[in-house]
Amino acid sequence: MSKYLSARDIDWTILLIVLLICAVGILQIYSATRDTDSTSSWWKQVLYVVGGLMLMWLVLAIDYHSLLHYVPGLYVGSVSALTLTFLLGDRVYGSKRWIPLGFGFHLQVSELVKLVIILLVARYLTDLRSDDLEIRDLLKLAGLVLVPTVLVLKQPDLGTAMTYVAVLFACSFVAGLRWKYIAAIAVVAVLVIPVTYHFLPDYQKARWVGFMNPEGDPQGKGYQSIQSQIAIGSGSMFGKGVTKGTQTQLRFLPVPWKDFIFAAFAEEHGFVGVVVMLALFFVLLMRIVQNAQTAPDRVGMYICMGVAALLLFHVLVNVGMVAGLIPVTGIPLPFMSFGGSSIWTFFMALGLVNNVRLRRFVN
Amino acid sequence: MILPPVDPQLETQLSDKPPLRDDTRFAAGRIAVFQYSAVAVFLVLISGFWRLQVQNPEFYDERAQANSIKSVPIPGPRGRILDRDGRVIVDNHSSFSLILAREQAKEEHLRPIAQGLNLDYDDLYARVARMRKAPKYVPIVIKDELTPADLDFVESHHDFFPELVLIQSQRRLYPQNGFMAHVIGYTGEISEQELDQPEFAKYEAGAVVGKFGIEREYNDTLMGVDGQRQVIVDNRGQVRQTIGIKPAIPGHDLKLTIDLDLQTVAELAMDSPYKELGIDHRNGAVVALDPRNGEVLAMVSRPAFDPNMFATRIKTKDWREIADNPDHPMLNKAIQAEQAPGSTFKPFVALAGLETGTVDPNWTTHCTGGVKLYDKYQHCYGVHGTQNMHNAIVNSCDVYFYTLGAKVGIDNLAFYGDLVGFGHKTGIDLPHEREGIMPSEQWKIRTYRQKWYVGETPSVAIGQGALTVTPLQLTRAIGGVAVGGKWYQPHLVLRPPDQVKVVQWALSPDDVKTVVSGMYGVVNEAGTGGRARLPNVAVCGKTGTAQLASYDYINSVGKGTELRENAWFEAFAPCESPEIAVVAFFEHGRHGPAAAEIVRDVIAAYFDKKTRIQTRKQARAEVTATLGMGLPGTAPGSTLPGAPQL
Repeated sequence: MSKYLSARDIDWTILLIVLLICAVGILQIYSATRDTDSTSSWWKQVLYVVGGLMLMWLVLAIDYHSLLHYVPGLYVGSVSALTLTFLLGDRVYGSKRWIPLGFGFHLQVSELVKLVIILLVARYLTDLRSDDLEIRDLLKLAGLVLVPTVLVLKQPDLGTAMTYVAVLFACSFVAGLRWKYIAAIAVVAVLVIPVTYHFLPDYQKARWVGFMNPEGDPQGKGYQSIQSQIAIGSGSMFGKGVTKGTQTQLRFLPVPWKDFIFAAFAEEHGFVGVVVMLALFFVLLMRIVQNAQTAPDRVGMYICMGVAALLLFHVLVNVGMVAGLIPVTGIPLPFMSFGGSSIWTFFMALGLVNNVRLRRFVN
Repeated sequence: MILPPVDPQLETQLSDKPPLRDDTRFAAGRIAVFQYSAVAVFLVLISGFWRLQVQNPEFYDERAQANSIKSVPIPGPRGRILDRDGRVIVDNHSSFSLILAREQAKEEHLRPIAQGLNLDYDDLYARVARMRKAPKYVPIVIKDELTPADLDFVESHHDFFPELVLIQSQRRLYPQNGFMAHVIGYTGEISEQELDQPEFAKYEAGAVVGKFGIEREYNDTLMGVDGQRQVIVDNRGQVRQTIGIKPAIPGHDLKLTIDLDLQTVAELAMDSPYKELGIDHRNGAVVALDPRNGEVLAMVSRPAFDPNMFATRIKTKDWREIADNPDHPMLNKAIQAEQAPGSTFKPFVALAGLETGTVDPNWTTHCTGGVKLYDKYQHCYGVHGTQNMHNAIVNSCDVYFYTLGAKVGIDNLAFYGDLVGFGHKTGIDLPHEREGIMPSEQWKIRTYRQKWYVGETPSVAIGQGALTVTPLQLTRAIGGVAVGGKWYQPHLVLRPPDQVKVVQWALSPDDVKTVVSGMYGVVNEAGTGGRARLPNVAVCGKTGTAQLASYDYINSVGKGTELRENAWFEAFAPCESPEIAVVAFFEHGRHGPAAAEIVRDVIAAYFDKKTRIQTRKQARAEVTATLGMGLPGTAPGSTLPGAPQL
């Protein structure tokens, strides 16, 4: 058993794909921010990616078993930080998500908490030492996850809060949650969602209405959804070309360098570009799942599956949203959308996956 | 590469629990389910893009273009209106108009917008309500001629009222204070009623068309064709790029027959106070035309309105004020006032008497202050004694003309009245002309289903009774007689002589001479028109004092302004070979002489100008002659040999 690990064991396929996605993202950010106040975004994104790579290195250097040791501390720290965000955070676009770090940088705590949730769920499920997940244990774990979820919901940031639940659910499923419980959860969800609609904040209700009937208020509730679909549809098979997308360049598409970056990409690169991009995400996802399958222990597997679930959920919700398949929810597209917190979180998540991979022969 | 070792404590930390079951194989099935779910998710996503991008991209492409490509109208400027010497009377100027883009319009915004732009809220609301049926992309112009304050308001409220869009437009610039208002008319947005008329069929809602006067009559000539600019706009409506231009075609300029100098004098004459009645301006009309070709040299109507108020959107309040004015400022009295001509009709009666051979110039009557005709005693306003035709015209003796009229008979009066144009439109190129009434037996039967009573004829013979004329009709009539029996169609836009309609009648030159000499006497002998006398020009004229009601009736209701007699004066000059005919109609001016001075001013201005031009020409010719310079046209041809032929 060697205590020294080789860089050759890093998953270079993953890294290559991710850097490709990042590069496309940066190109798209450049294209979408021409003639705007945010023309500097593309090189900021380059810095974020470089920083992300360093963070990834940092994460994979520390044995994930050691990281698990600090889960209780990380958990308490996360909850405190989220509370602090709620108390001190800057209000942007009507919600408090960011803690100012100085020098104009703002940290979105809820992004980093995703990693803590993954580690928490992985450790909890491993500690059960069982092939089946009892509903009692699931409820305990769900209780732990619920605290940060509620704090994020209060920001309000429904999208991010749902990613925590997605990680919890995916890992619980892998941990052997029985089908009858899954069915029960599905039934409860179907029953509860219409009720929760009444407790949603107004802007969420508006998004839901806008999703169900975008033409009802094309200038208001349905605007983002309609403009996004117009952008994508008008992109046609081969797209309008970089910096040529009218919806993107003329600002009909809302924030085309952040949450709606994929619509901007689809407009300028067409269906072909979309398929290539989604294929890259798919390969990335499968590669992460493969690392879960080859993990040396259950903790490693849960970590990898958590990351996979997080990635899948992000892609599903973001891409589904821009295509009008899902109501508008503000979550970024991993590695493409502009934003340091998101980029770093996903690079660190990749760091976790590589961390597991590096140590697959250790035990 | 050195990495930290595995945490040594981890083993012990985890081992205080039951034996670790740490193989991952149990989850293989569940991971497979996850993989299949992922495949499903990606397929759903791709199908979503397939639906948008491959199945119906045209639909979205159209909508993307509809988002960004906008057509902005480029207004085609209206033609200018010039006077006969080419001086500009009506011009255009560029201004900003404000459009309400109804795709974004919100009704609750209207009130603050109306307040901010100093518009009447009810007007604005009514405009928006009226356009509700029209398609959404048709914009509503809510204000023209934006002031700097308005522009500031729009700019600073862009975020609050995104529906406000500024466009540049051409506006009409009319003379101030109603100068020539009735001739020029005004423009305005085409109304719904007009859209149904064939005349306006080719225009679309929102077009600005001529509504009145020359602007309306020559709308097709004056109106330009709007061009269009296709531009790419961003989501804030700012133009990023122009992708196509269809240039605007400007309208044609119109050269009027109006002489600005004469027009100005006529306008001023009407605006000058009349001390004898203690009024500071005169209502009525003045018409001056060239009897040799029908060109209208001046046309004034009072009171006037300000066409500039209509050039922009008129406020309902201002419109009420104009519409409710009892003096009818919107009436062009030169062609629309149908009034009894009074004694100005007498020259035509005299002419009818001579032409029909009923009397000769030496036939006389004796005026004792009245005469009994057909069992009715008709008053004369004076006692004139024995009068022949010349004296009767000079003194305007009613007894003479009562008697003459009765002798000539209504049929002959009607024939000659008809000949000189009474009871018909003159056909001037202005809308809404009225025709007046030339009474006759047929007219009475047609209108009242009654027989003509011979007792009605004497009243007609002194220009009262049912007879009504417009000032323009009278000008054309007297001008035509003065030139010996040629009545040209009056017109306001210069046209070649062969395109002017003319009515001819071979009047006996002697008869015309008799009438003319009487009219010369009116002005230059001890007649009623002495105020029109000019030192260098022989002016012929005739006064008219037209009663609006019988004196008995007026005495019974008391003397009010609204029943005071209308003053008329018709004139032409020079008496031999006349060049100008002028009629002044001074509403409630009481006596004909009150109108005579207006006519005198206009005729004086005409001949002053003529002399001025001649003197200048002469002076120029003298200078040229003294300096020995050949005129350009008379320069000798080149004596150089031509270039060799190739």
